Amino acid sequence: MTSTSPIGRVPAGLLDTEAIRKDFPILDRLVHDDRRLVYLDNAATSQKPRQVLDTLNAYYEQSNANVHRGVHVLAEEATALYEGARDKVAAFINAPSRDEVIFTKNASESLNLVANMLGWADEPYRVDSNTEIVITEMEHHSNIVPWQLLSQRTGAKLKWFGLTDDGRLDLSEIDQVITEDTKIVSFVLVSNILGTVNPVEAIVRRAQQVGALVLIDASQAAPHMPLDVQALGADFVAFTGHKMLGPTGIGVLWGRQELLEDLPPFLGGGEMIETVSMHSSTYAPAPHKFEAGTPPIAQAIGLGAAVDYLSALGMDKVAAHEHAITEYALGRLLEVPDLRIIGPTTGEDRGAAISFTLGDIHPHDVGQVLDEQGIAVRVGHHCARPVCLRYGIPATTRASFYLYSTPAEVDALVEGLEQVRNFFG
Amino acid sequence: MYQDVILDHYKHPHGRGLREGQSEVHHVNPTCGDEITLRVRMDGTVIGDVSYEGQGCSISQASASVLNELLVGKDVSEAQKIQETFLELMQSRGRIEPDEAMEEVLEDAIAFAGVSKYPARVKCALLSWMAWKDATAQALSEGKPA
Repeated sequence: MTSTSPIGRVPAGLLDTEAIRKDFPILDRLVHDDRRLVYLDNAATSQKPRQVLDTLNAYYEQSNANVHRGVHVLAEEATALYEGARDKVAAFINAPSRDEVIFTKNASESLNLVANMLGWADEPYRVDSNTEIVITEMEHHSNIVPWQLLSQRTGAKLKWFGLTDDGRLDLSEIDQVITEDTKIVSFVLVSNILGTVNPVEAIVRRAQQVGALVLIDASQAAPHMPLDVQALGADFVAFTGHKMLGPTGIGVLWGRQELLEDLPPFLGGGEMIETVSMHSSTYAPAPHKFEAGTPPIAQAIGLGAAVDYLSALGMDKVAAHEHAITEYALGRLLEVPDLRIIGPTTGEDRGAAISFTLGDIHPHDVGQVLDEQGIAVRVGHHCARPVCLRYGIPATTRASFYLYSTPAEVDALVEGLEQVRNFFG
Repeated sequence: MYQDVILDHYKHPHGRGLREGQSEVHHVNPTCGDEITLRVRMDGTVIGDVSYEGQGCSISQASASVLNELLVGKDVSEAQKIQETFLELMQSRGRIEPDEAMEEVLEDAIAFAGVSKYPARVKCALLSWMAWKDATAQALSEGKPA
Protein backbone atom coordinates (compact mmCIF):
# COMPACT_ATOMS: atom_id res chain seq x y z
CA MET A 1 0.00 0.00 0.00
CA THR A 2 2.68 2.50 1.03
CA SER A 3 4.98 1.61 -1.84
CA THR A 4 2.46 2.62 -4.50
CA SER A 5 3.40 6.01 -5.83
CA PRO A 6 0.66 8.58 -5.34
CA ILE A 7 -1.29 9.94 -8.29
CA GLY A 8 -1.18 13.58 -7.24
CA ARG A 9 1.51 15.83 -5.80
CA VAL A 10 1.98 15.14 -2.09
CA PRO A 11 2.91 18.07 0.17
CA ALA A 12 6.02 17.74 2.33
CA GLY A 13 5.92 16.64 5.96
CA LEU A 14 4.87 12.98 5.81
CA LEU A 15 5.97 10.58 8.54
CA ASP A 16 7.70 7.31 7.72
CA THR A 17 4.43 5.42 7.46
CA GLU A 18 6.11 2.27 6.21
CA ALA A 19 7.86 1.92 9.57
CA ILE A 20 4.87 3.12 11.60
CA ARG A 21 2.43 0.70 9.97
CA LYS A 22 4.56 -2.25 11.12
CA ASP A 23 3.47 -1.35 14.67
CA PHE A 24 -0.22 -1.75 13.77
CA PRO A 25 -0.96 -5.43 13.03
CA ILE A 26 -4.59 -4.74 12.09
CA LEU A 27 -3.55 -2.58 9.13
CA ASP A 28 -2.29 -5.74 7.40
CA ARG A 29 -5.70 -7.36 7.61
CA LEU A 30 -7.54 -8.48 4.54
CA VAL A 31 -11.30 -7.98 4.44
CA HIS A 32 -13.95 -9.41 2.11
CA ASP A 33 -11.58 -12.28 1.25
CA ASP A 34 -8.72 -10.50 -0.46
CA ARG A 35 -9.06 -6.76 -0.02
CA ARG A 36 -6.37 -4.92 1.89
CA LEU A 37 -8.00 -2.87 4.65
CA VAL A 38 -7.96 0.89 4.03
CA TYR A 39 -8.93 2.26 7.41
CA LEU A 40 -10.29 5.80 7.11
CA ASP A 41 -12.51 5.90 10.18
CA ASN A 42 -9.98 7.32 12.62
CA ALA A 43 -12.24 10.07 13.92
CA ALA A 44 -14.49 7.30 15.27
CA THR A 45 -11.62 5.38 16.82
CA SER A 46 -7.94 4.85 16.07
CA GLN A 47 -6.17 1.54 15.69
CA LYS A 48 -3.76 0.46 18.45
CA PRO A 49 -0.03 -0.09 18.09
CA ARG A 50 1.63 -3.25 19.37
CA GLN A 51 3.28 -1.16 22.12
CA VAL A 52 -0.13 -0.39 23.65
CA LEU A 53 -1.39 -3.95 23.25
CA ASP A 54 1.79 -5.35 24.83
CA THR A 55 1.46 -2.94 27.76
CA LEU A 56 -2.12 -4.07 28.44
CA ASN A 57 -1.08 -7.69 28.25
CA ALA A 58 1.95 -7.23 30.49
CA TYR A 59 -0.14 -5.43 33.09
CA TYR A 60 -2.69 -8.24 33.28
CA GLU A 61 -0.06 -10.97 33.18
CA GLN A 62 2.34 -9.44 35.71
CA SER A 63 0.86 -6.69 37.88
CA ASN A 64 -2.92 -6.90 37.99
CA ALA A 65 -4.38 -5.72 41.33
CA ASN A 66 -6.73 -3.05 42.61
CA VAL A 67 -5.12 0.35 43.12
CA HIS A 68 -4.57 2.58 46.18
CA ARG A 69 -5.55 -0.07 48.70
CA GLY A 70 -3.49 -3.17 49.28
CA VAL A 71 -0.04 -3.28 50.82
CA HIS A 72 1.10 -6.21 48.71
CA VAL A 73 3.54 -6.11 45.82
CA LEU A 74 0.96 -6.32 43.05
CA ALA A 75 -1.19 -3.57 44.55
CA GLU A 76 1.82 -1.30 44.76
CA GLU A 77 2.88 -2.08 41.20
CA ALA A 78 -0.63 -1.51 39.85
CA THR A 79 -0.89 1.79 41.74
CA ALA A 80 2.50 2.95 40.49
CA LEU A 81 1.56 2.08 36.90
CA TYR A 82 -1.85 3.76 37.16
CA GLU A 83 -0.47 6.92 38.75
CA GLY A 84 2.46 6.81 36.34
CA ALA A 85 -0.05 7.00 33.50
CA ARG A 86 -1.44 10.15 35.10
CA ASP A 87 2.06 11.68 35.10
CA LYS A 88 2.44 10.83 31.41
CA VAL A 89 -0.90 12.37 30.47
CA ALA A 90 -0.16 15.48 32.57
CA ALA A 91 3.15 15.98 30.75
CA PHE A 92 1.50 15.28 27.37
CA ILE A 93 -0.98 18.15 27.82
CA ASN A 94 1.44 20.41 29.72
CA ALA A 95 -0.73 20.43 32.86
CA PRO A 96 0.77 22.52 35.67
CA SER A 97 -0.01 19.71 38.12
CA ARG A 98 -0.62 15.97 37.83
CA ASP A 99 -3.48 16.40 40.32
CA GLU A 100 -5.42 18.27 37.67
CA VAL A 101 -5.76 15.14 35.51
CA ILE A 102 -8.95 13.19 36.23
CA PHE A 103 -9.44 9.78 34.63
CA THR A 104 -12.98 9.12 33.36
CA LYS A 105 -14.35 6.48 31.05
CA ASN A 106 -14.53 8.70 27.95
CA ALA A 107 -14.93 12.30 26.79
CA SER A 108 -18.71 12.10 27.21
CA GLU A 109 -18.28 11.33 30.90
CA SER A 110 -15.77 14.17 31.22
CA LEU A 111 -18.24 16.65 29.69
CA ASN A 112 -21.13 15.32 31.79
CA LEU A 113 -18.96 15.58 34.88
CA VAL A 114 -18.42 19.31 34.37
CA ALA A 115 -22.12 19.91 33.63
CA ASN A 116 -23.06 18.12 36.84
CA MET A 117 -20.40 19.87 38.96
CA LEU A 118 -21.80 23.21 37.84
CA GLY A 119 -25.39 22.17 38.47
CA TRP A 120 -24.60 21.26 42.08
CA ALA A 121 -22.03 24.02 42.73
CA ASP A 122 -22.40 26.97 45.09
CA GLU A 123 -21.85 30.54 43.97
CA PRO A 124 -20.01 31.82 42.05
CA TYR A 125 -20.09 28.76 39.75
CA ARG A 126 -23.69 27.71 40.15
CA VAL A 127 -25.75 27.39 36.96
CA ASP A 128 -29.37 28.34 37.69
CA SER A 129 -32.38 30.02 36.10
CA ASN A 130 -30.71 33.43 36.06
CA THR A 131 -27.73 32.23 34.08
CA GLU A 132 -26.78 31.14 30.58
CA ILE A 133 -24.89 28.26 29.00
CA VAL A 134 -23.17 28.75 25.64
CA ILE A 135 -22.26 25.98 23.18
CA THR A 136 -21.99 25.83 19.36
CA GLU A 137 -24.00 24.31 16.53
CA MET A 138 -21.06 22.07 15.54
CA GLU A 139 -20.83 20.18 18.84
CA HIS A 140 -20.91 16.40 19.06
CA HIS A 141 -24.11 15.27 20.78
CA SER A 142 -21.97 14.61 23.87
CA ASN A 143 -21.41 18.36 24.20
CA ILE A 144 -25.05 19.25 23.49
CA VAL A 145 -27.20 16.82 25.46
CA PRO A 146 -25.49 17.27 28.89
CA TRP A 147 -26.14 21.02 28.60
CA GLN A 148 -29.73 20.51 27.48
CA LEU A 149 -30.20 18.32 30.56
CA LEU A 150 -28.58 20.92 32.82
CA SER A 151 -30.69 23.65 31.25
CA GLN A 152 -33.91 21.66 31.76
CA ARG A 153 -33.03 20.88 35.37
CA THR A 154 -31.91 24.35 36.41
CA GLY A 155 -33.86 26.66 34.11
CA ALA A 156 -30.62 28.12 32.72
CA LYS A 157 -30.87 29.45 29.17
CA LEU A 158 -29.00 27.45 26.51
CA LYS A 159 -27.48 29.53 23.70
CA TRP A 160 -25.16 28.67 20.84
CA PHE A 161 -22.98 30.02 18.08
CA GLY A 162 -24.29 29.25 14.59
CA LEU A 163 -22.17 28.23 11.58
CA THR A 164 -21.09 30.02 8.42
CA ASP A 165 -21.69 28.49 4.99
CA ASP A 166 -18.06 27.41 4.77
CA GLY A 167 -18.18 25.40 7.97
CA ARG A 168 -16.77 27.80 10.54
CA LEU A 169 -18.19 29.27 13.74
CA ASP A 170 -20.12 32.49 13.22
CA LEU A 171 -18.65 34.70 15.95
CA SER A 172 -20.01 37.96 14.48
CA GLU A 173 -22.34 38.43 17.48
CA ILE A 174 -20.01 37.05 20.12
CA ASP A 175 -20.78 39.88 22.56
CA GLN A 176 -24.51 39.08 22.39
CA VAL A 177 -24.01 35.33 22.68
CA ILE A 178 -21.55 35.42 25.59
CA THR A 179 -22.87 37.93 28.14
CA GLU A 180 -22.55 38.84 31.82
CA ASP A 181 -25.11 36.11 32.52
CA THR A 182 -23.00 33.38 30.90
CA LYS A 183 -21.61 30.89 33.42
CA ILE A 184 -20.03 28.36 31.09
CA VAL A 185 -18.89 28.30 27.47
CA SER A 186 -18.31 24.78 26.15
CA PHE A 187 -17.05 24.20 22.63
CA VAL A 188 -15.20 21.77 20.44
CA LEU A 189 -11.58 22.47 19.50
CA VAL A 190 -11.71 20.40 16.29
CA SER A 191 -15.08 19.38 14.82
CA ASN A 192 -15.55 15.64 14.32
CA ILE A 193 -17.82 16.18 11.31
CA LEU A 194 -16.57 19.39 9.64
CA GLY A 195 -12.89 19.11 10.54
CA THR A 196 -12.87 22.79 11.51
CA VAL A 197 -10.26 23.96 14.03
CA ASN A 198 -11.96 26.65 16.09
CA PRO A 199 -10.48 30.00 17.15
CA VAL A 200 -9.93 29.34 20.84
CA GLU A 201 -8.37 32.65 21.73
CA ALA A 202 -11.29 34.86 20.64
CA ILE A 203 -13.82 32.76 22.54
CA VAL A 204 -11.70 32.42 25.70
CA ARG A 205 -10.99 36.17 25.73
CA ARG A 206 -14.70 37.04 25.62
CA ALA A 207 -15.55 34.38 28.23
CA GLN A 208 -12.90 35.71 30.59
CA GLN A 209 -14.20 39.26 30.11
CA VAL A 210 -17.57 38.24 31.55
CA GLY A 211 -16.17 35.79 34.12
CA ALA A 212 -17.56 32.64 32.45
CA LEU A 213 -15.80 29.30 32.73
CA VAL A 214 -14.54 27.63 29.53
CA LEU A 215 -14.67 23.92 28.76
CA ILE A 216 -12.98 22.67 25.60
CA ASP A 217 -13.85 19.34 23.99
CA ALA A 218 -10.46 18.25 22.64
CA SER A 219 -11.49 14.72 21.58
CA GLN A 220 -10.46 15.33 17.95
CA ALA A 221 -7.48 17.50 18.90
CA ALA A 222 -5.53 15.49 21.50
CA PRO A 223 -4.80 12.65 19.04
CA HIS A 224 -3.69 14.93 16.22
CA MET A 225 -1.84 18.05 17.42
CA PRO A 226 0.21 19.33 20.33
CA LEU A 227 -2.22 20.04 23.17
CA ASP A 228 -1.13 22.57 25.78
CA VAL A 229 -3.87 23.22 28.32
CA GLN A 230 -2.05 26.25 29.70
CA ALA A 231 -1.76 27.86 26.26
CA LEU A 232 -5.45 27.23 25.55
CA GLY A 233 -6.42 29.32 28.56
CA ALA A 234 -9.48 27.16 29.28
CA ASP A 235 -10.71 26.04 32.70
CA PHE A 236 -11.48 22.46 31.66
CA VAL A 237 -10.33 20.27 28.76
CA ALA A 238 -11.94 16.91 27.93
CA PHE A 239 -10.73 14.13 25.63
CA THR A 240 -10.85 10.38 25.18
CA GLY A 241 -8.16 7.71 24.99
CA HIS A 242 -9.39 5.42 22.23
CA LYS A 243 -9.08 8.02 19.49
CA MET A 244 -5.37 8.53 20.33
CA LEU A 245 -4.08 4.95 20.09
CA GLY A 246 -5.28 4.01 23.59
CA PRO A 247 -7.89 1.47 24.66
CA THR A 248 -11.61 2.21 24.96
CA GLY A 249 -12.97 2.91 28.44
CA ILE A 250 -10.53 5.65 29.41
CA GLY A 251 -11.08 9.39 29.10
CA VAL A 252 -9.55 12.47 30.65
CA LEU A 253 -10.85 15.64 32.20
CA TRP A 254 -8.24 18.27 32.95
CA GLY A 255 -9.38 21.11 35.23
CA ARG A 256 -7.70 24.02 36.96
CA GLN A 257 -6.72 23.05 40.48
CA GLU A 258 -8.61 25.77 42.37
CA LEU A 259 -11.80 24.88 40.52
CA LEU A 260 -11.39 21.20 41.29
CA GLU A 261 -10.94 22.13 44.95
CA ASP A 262 -14.07 24.31 45.01
CA LEU A 263 -16.47 22.26 42.90
CA PRO A 264 -18.52 19.43 44.38
CA PRO A 265 -18.05 15.78 43.43
CA PHE A 266 -20.59 14.08 41.20
CA LEU A 267 -20.26 10.32 41.72
CA GLY A 268 -19.85 9.17 45.31
CA GLY A 269 -18.15 5.96 46.37
CA GLY A 270 -14.91 4.36 47.33
CA GLU A 271 -11.65 6.14 46.58
CA MET A 272 -13.17 9.62 46.51
CA ILE A 273 -13.50 10.06 50.27
CA GLU A 274 -11.36 11.24 53.16
CA THR A 275 -13.53 10.05 56.06
CA VAL A 276 -17.02 8.59 56.10
CA SER A 277 -19.49 8.39 58.95
CA MET A 278 -23.15 7.42 58.76
CA HIS A 279 -24.06 11.13 58.87
CA SER A 280 -21.63 12.71 56.45
CA SER A 281 -18.36 12.40 54.60
CA THR A 282 -15.41 14.51 53.66
CA TYR A 283 -13.75 14.14 50.33
CA ALA A 284 -10.33 13.27 49.08
CA PRO A 285 -8.50 16.04 47.21
CA ALA A 286 -8.63 16.09 43.40
CA PRO A 287 -8.19 14.09 41.28
CA HIS A 288 -9.42 11.26 43.51
CA LYS A 289 -12.46 13.29 44.58
CA PHE A 290 -13.78 12.77 41.04
CA GLU A 291 -12.74 9.12 40.60
CA ALA A 292 -15.26 7.15 42.65
CA GLY A 293 -14.95 3.39 42.58
CA THR A 294 -12.33 1.15 41.01
CA PRO A 295 -11.02 3.13 38.04
CA PRO A 296 -10.25 1.76 34.54
CA ILE A 297 -6.75 0.72 35.62
CA ALA A 298 -5.50 -1.25 32.61
CA GLN A 299 -7.05 1.29 30.27
CA ALA A 300 -5.28 4.21 31.97
CA ILE A 301 -1.99 2.33 31.76
CA GLY A 302 -2.70 1.60 28.11
CA LEU A 303 -3.35 5.29 27.51
CA GLY A 304 0.00 6.00 29.15
CA ALA A 305 1.66 3.71 26.58
CA ALA A 306 -0.24 5.47 23.78
CA VAL A 307 1.01 8.82 25.03
CA ASP A 308 4.57 7.44 25.05
CA TYR A 309 4.13 6.31 21.45
CA LEU A 310 2.77 9.69 20.34
CA SER A 311 5.44 11.62 22.23
CA ALA A 312 8.20 9.52 20.68
CA LEU A 313 6.90 10.43 17.22
CA GLY A 314 6.41 14.06 18.27
CA MET A 315 2.97 15.65 18.13
CA ASP A 316 4.20 18.47 15.90
CA LYS A 317 5.33 15.84 13.38
CA VAL A 318 2.00 14.01 13.68
CA ALA A 319 0.20 17.30 13.00
CA ALA A 320 2.43 18.03 9.99
CA HIS A 321 1.80 14.54 8.58
CA GLU A 322 -1.95 14.89 8.89
CA HIS A 323 -1.87 18.38 7.42
CA ALA A 324 -0.04 17.04 4.37
CA ILE A 325 -2.44 14.10 4.00
CA THR A 326 -5.46 16.39 4.45
CA GLU A 327 -4.25 18.83 1.80
CA TYR A 328 -3.61 15.94 -0.56
CA ALA A 329 -7.03 14.41 0.18
CA LEU A 330 -8.88 17.72 -0.26
CA GLY A 331 -7.20 18.25 -3.63
CA ARG A 332 -7.99 14.77 -4.85
CA LEU A 333 -11.56 14.68 -3.53
CA LEU A 334 -12.39 18.00 -5.17
CA GLU A 335 -11.54 16.34 -8.52
CA VAL A 336 -14.40 13.87 -8.04
CA PRO A 337 -17.48 15.04 -9.99
CA ASP A 338 -20.55 15.88 -7.86
CA LEU A 339 -18.55 15.66 -4.63
CA ARG A 340 -19.37 18.43 -2.14
CA ILE A 341 -17.19 18.85 0.93
CA ILE A 342 -19.18 19.75 4.05
CA GLY A 343 -16.75 21.92 5.99
CA PRO A 344 -13.64 23.93 5.08
CA THR A 345 -12.30 23.06 1.62
CA THR A 346 -8.72 24.12 2.32
CA GLY A 347 -6.20 22.77 4.82
CA GLU A 348 -6.12 26.03 6.77
CA ASP A 349 -7.29 25.65 10.41
CA ARG A 350 -8.53 22.23 9.55
CA GLY A 351 -8.19 18.73 10.96
CA ALA A 352 -8.00 15.41 9.14
CA ALA A 353 -11.71 14.50 9.14
CA ILE A 354 -13.35 15.24 5.78
CA SER A 355 -17.11 14.94 5.36
CA PHE A 356 -18.72 15.02 1.96
CA THR A 357 -21.77 14.21 -0.10
CA LEU A 358 -21.63 12.58 -3.53
CA GLY A 359 -24.41 13.84 -5.77
CA ASP A 360 -27.66 12.49 -4.40
CA ILE A 361 -26.23 9.05 -3.67
CA HIS A 362 -27.11 8.27 -0.08
CA PRO A 363 -24.05 8.03 2.24
CA HIS A 364 -25.18 4.58 3.34
CA ASP A 365 -24.81 3.38 -0.23
CA VAL A 366 -21.47 5.17 -0.60
CA GLY A 367 -20.18 3.50 2.57
CA GLN A 368 -21.42 0.08 1.55
CA VAL A 369 -19.81 0.10 -1.89
CA LEU A 370 -16.55 1.44 -0.39
CA ASP A 371 -16.66 -1.32 2.21
CA GLU A 372 -16.93 -3.92 -0.55
CA GLN A 373 -13.56 -2.58 -1.72
CA GLY A 374 -12.07 -2.81 1.77
CA ILE A 375 -12.33 0.91 2.49
CA ALA A 376 -13.70 1.74 5.95
CA VAL A 377 -15.37 5.14 6.26
CA ARG A 378 -18.11 6.43 8.52
CA VAL A 379 -21.56 7.34 7.21
CA GLY A 380 -24.46 9.03 8.96
CA HIS A 381 -24.76 12.22 10.97
CA HIS A 382 -21.66 11.50 13.12
CA CYS A 383 -23.45 12.34 16.39
CA ALA A 384 -23.70 15.91 15.13
CA ARG A 385 -27.18 15.99 13.63
CA PRO A 386 -27.60 19.78 14.00
CA VAL A 387 -24.73 20.20 11.52
CA CYS A 388 -26.57 18.06 8.93
CA LEU A 389 -29.73 20.10 9.51
CA ARG A 390 -27.75 23.34 9.15
CA TYR A 391 -26.44 22.31 5.73
CA GLY A 392 -29.71 20.71 4.60
CA ILE A 393 -28.36 17.17 4.15
CA PRO A 394 -29.58 13.91 5.70
CA ALA A 395 -26.08 12.57 6.37
CA THR A 396 -22.52 12.60 5.10
CA THR A 397 -19.74 10.20 4.25
CA ARG A 398 -16.64 10.92 6.33
CA ALA A 399 -13.07 9.89 5.67
CA SER A 400 -10.72 10.62 8.57
CA PHE A 401 -6.97 10.15 8.60
CA TYR A 402 -4.30 9.50 11.18
CA LEU A 403 -0.57 9.18 11.62
CA TYR A 404 -0.44 5.90 9.67
CA SER A 405 -2.56 7.12 6.73
CA THR A 406 -0.87 7.27 3.33
CA PRO A 407 -1.43 9.14 0.06
CA ALA A 408 -2.01 5.72 -1.53
CA GLU A 409 -4.99 5.25 0.79
CA VAL A 410 -6.38 8.60 -0.35
CA ASP A 411 -5.98 7.39 -3.94
CA ALA A 412 -7.81 4.16 -3.04
CA LEU A 413 -10.67 6.24 -1.63
CA VAL A 414 -10.92 8.39 -4.75
CA GLU A 415 -10.86 5.30 -6.95
CA GLY A 416 -13.50 3.72 -4.73
CA LEU A 417 -15.72 6.76 -5.12
CA GLU A 418 -15.44 6.45 -8.90
CA GLN A 419 -16.81 2.94 -8.57
CA VAL A 420 -19.64 4.22 -6.39
CA ARG A 421 -20.53 6.77 -9.07
CA ASN A 422 -20.42 4.17 -11.84
CA PHE A 423 -22.61 1.90 -9.78
CA PHE A 424 -25.32 4.38 -8.90
CA GLY A 425 -24.80 6.89 -11.74
CA MET B 1 -26.41 -7.11 -2.09
CA TYR B 2 -27.13 -4.48 -4.76
CA GLN B 3 -29.14 -6.68 -7.13
CA ASP B 4 -30.20 -5.12 -10.44
CA VAL B 5 -33.81 -5.43 -9.32
CA ILE B 6 -33.04 -3.24 -6.30
CA LEU B 7 -31.21 -0.64 -8.38
CA ASP B 8 -34.07 -0.59 -10.91
CA HIS B 9 -36.62 0.09 -8.20
CA TYR B 10 -34.33 2.74 -6.68
CA LYS B 11 -33.92 4.58 -9.98
CA HIS B 12 -37.52 4.13 -11.14
CA PRO B 13 -39.70 3.87 -8.05
CA HIS B 14 -43.28 2.62 -8.30
CA GLY B 15 -46.09 4.62 -6.79
CA ARG B 16 -43.95 7.30 -5.23
CA GLY B 17 -45.68 10.49 -4.06
CA LEU B 18 -48.41 11.06 -1.51
CA ARG B 19 -52.03 10.46 -2.52
CA GLU B 20 -55.24 10.21 -0.55
CA GLY B 21 -55.57 7.59 2.14
CA GLN B 22 -57.40 6.80 5.37
CA SER B 23 -54.23 6.84 7.44
CA GLU B 24 -50.79 8.37 7.41
CA VAL B 25 -47.67 7.44 9.39
CA HIS B 26 -44.14 8.84 9.58
CA HIS B 27 -41.33 6.43 10.44
CA VAL B 28 -37.63 7.21 10.87
CA ASN B 29 -34.47 5.18 11.23
CA PRO B 30 -32.55 7.23 13.81
CA THR B 31 -29.23 5.53 13.14
CA CYS B 32 -28.99 6.78 9.56
CA GLY B 33 -31.67 9.42 9.16
CA ASP B 34 -33.78 7.49 6.62
CA GLU B 35 -37.41 8.57 6.80
CA ILE B 36 -40.71 7.82 5.15
CA THR B 37 -44.22 9.25 5.21
CA LEU B 38 -46.67 6.60 4.06
CA ARG B 39 -50.43 6.56 3.46
CA VAL B 40 -52.78 3.60 3.02
CA ARG B 41 -56.11 3.70 1.25
CA MET B 42 -58.35 0.68 1.82
CA ASP B 43 -61.12 -0.26 -0.59
CA GLY B 44 -63.06 -2.54 1.70
CA THR B 45 -60.61 -5.30 2.56
CA VAL B 46 -58.45 -4.64 -0.48
CA ILE B 47 -55.33 -2.46 -0.39
CA GLY B 48 -56.49 0.34 -2.70
CA ASP B 49 -53.26 2.35 -2.63
CA VAL B 50 -50.00 2.71 -0.74
CA SER B 51 -48.47 6.11 -1.38
CA TYR B 52 -45.25 7.37 0.13
CA GLU B 53 -42.63 10.09 0.20
CA GLY B 54 -39.29 9.90 1.91
CA GLN B 55 -35.56 10.06 1.76
CA GLY B 56 -32.91 7.49 2.36
CA CYS B 57 -30.50 5.01 0.86
CA SER B 58 -31.15 2.85 -2.20
CA ILE B 59 -32.20 -0.09 -0.03
CA SER B 60 -34.89 1.81 1.86
CA GLN B 61 -36.21 3.53 -1.27
CA ALA B 62 -36.24 0.41 -3.43
CA SER B 63 -37.94 -1.53 -0.68
CA ALA B 64 -40.82 0.99 -0.57
CA SER B 65 -41.20 0.71 -4.34
CA VAL B 66 -41.31 -3.09 -4.21
CA LEU B 67 -43.86 -2.91 -1.41
CA ASN B 68 -46.12 -0.71 -3.50
CA GLU B 69 -45.87 -3.02 -6.49
CA LEU B 70 -46.47 -6.12 -4.42
CA LEU B 71 -49.25 -5.11 -2.04
CA VAL B 72 -51.53 -2.73 -3.93
CA GLY B 73 -54.60 -4.58 -5.16
CA LYS B 74 -54.16 -7.50 -2.75
CA ASP B 75 -56.59 -8.46 -0.04
CA VAL B 76 -55.33 -7.30 3.35
CA SER B 77 -54.99 -10.85 4.73
CA GLU B 78 -52.79 -11.86 1.80
CA ALA B 79 -50.79 -8.64 2.07
CA GLN B 80 -50.15 -9.35 5.74
CA LYS B 81 -48.85 -12.79 4.86
CA ILE B 82 -46.47 -11.27 2.32
CA GLN B 83 -45.29 -8.77 4.94
CA GLU B 84 -44.66 -11.57 7.44
CA THR B 85 -42.72 -13.58 4.87
CA PHE B 86 -40.58 -10.55 4.00
CA LEU B 87 -39.94 -9.89 7.69
CA GLU B 88 -38.89 -13.51 8.19
CA LEU B 89 -36.49 -13.33 5.24
CA MET B 90 -34.98 -10.02 6.40
CA GLN B 91 -34.45 -11.26 9.94
CA SER B 92 -32.78 -14.47 8.77
CA ARG B 93 -29.23 -13.04 8.83
CA GLY B 94 -28.65 -14.63 5.44
CA ARG B 95 -29.50 -18.11 6.71
CA ILE B 96 -32.68 -18.59 4.65
CA GLU B 97 -32.07 -19.78 1.11
CA PRO B 98 -35.31 -18.67 -0.58
CA ASP B 99 -37.18 -21.57 -2.17
CA GLU B 100 -39.68 -21.42 -5.01
CA ALA B 101 -42.65 -21.04 -2.69
CA MET B 102 -41.07 -18.02 -1.07
CA GLU B 103 -40.16 -16.54 -4.44
CA GLU B 104 -43.75 -16.88 -5.53
CA VAL B 105 -44.94 -14.92 -2.50
CA LEU B 106 -42.27 -12.22 -2.54
CA GLU B 107 -41.64 -11.73 -6.30
CA ASP B 108 -39.17 -8.81 -6.66
CA ALA B 109 -38.80 -8.57 -2.89
CA ILE B 110 -36.78 -11.79 -2.99
CA ALA B 111 -33.88 -9.64 -4.25
CA PHE B 112 -33.47 -8.32 -0.71
CA ALA B 113 -32.34 -11.74 0.58
CA GLY B 114 -28.71 -10.58 0.32
CA VAL B 115 -29.42 -7.52 2.46
CA SER B 116 -30.31 -9.75 5.40
CA LYS B 117 -26.60 -10.59 5.76
CA TYR B 118 -25.88 -6.96 6.69
CA PRO B 119 -27.41 -6.25 10.12
CA ALA B 120 -26.85 -2.50 9.69
CA ARG B 121 -28.97 -2.46 6.53
CA VAL B 122 -31.89 -4.68 7.54
CA LYS B 123 -33.61 -1.71 9.16
CA CYS B 124 -33.33 0.20 5.88
CA ALA B 125 -35.12 -2.57 4.02
CA LEU B 126 -37.82 -2.89 6.69
CA LEU B 127 -38.56 0.82 7.17
CA SER B 128 -41.42 1.05 4.64
CA TRP B 129 -42.81 -2.37 5.57
CA MET B 130 -43.09 -1.44 9.23
CA ALA B 131 -44.67 1.87 8.25
CA TRP B 132 -47.16 0.03 6.03
CA LYS B 133 -48.08 -2.38 8.84
CA ASP B 134 -48.66 0.53 11.19
CA ALA B 135 -50.67 2.57 8.65
CA THR B 136 -52.80 -0.43 7.65
CA ALA B 137 -53.68 -1.19 11.26
CA GLN B 138 -54.76 2.43 11.67
CA ALA B 139 -56.76 2.45 8.44
CA LEU B 140 -58.57 -0.75 9.43
CA SER B 141 -59.44 0.45 12.92
CA GLU B 142 -60.72 3.70 11.41
CA GLY B 143 -63.24 1.82 9.31
CA LYS B 144 -64.70 0.00 12.29
CA PRO B 145 -67.49 1.45 14.41
CA ALA B 146 -66.17 2.77 17.73
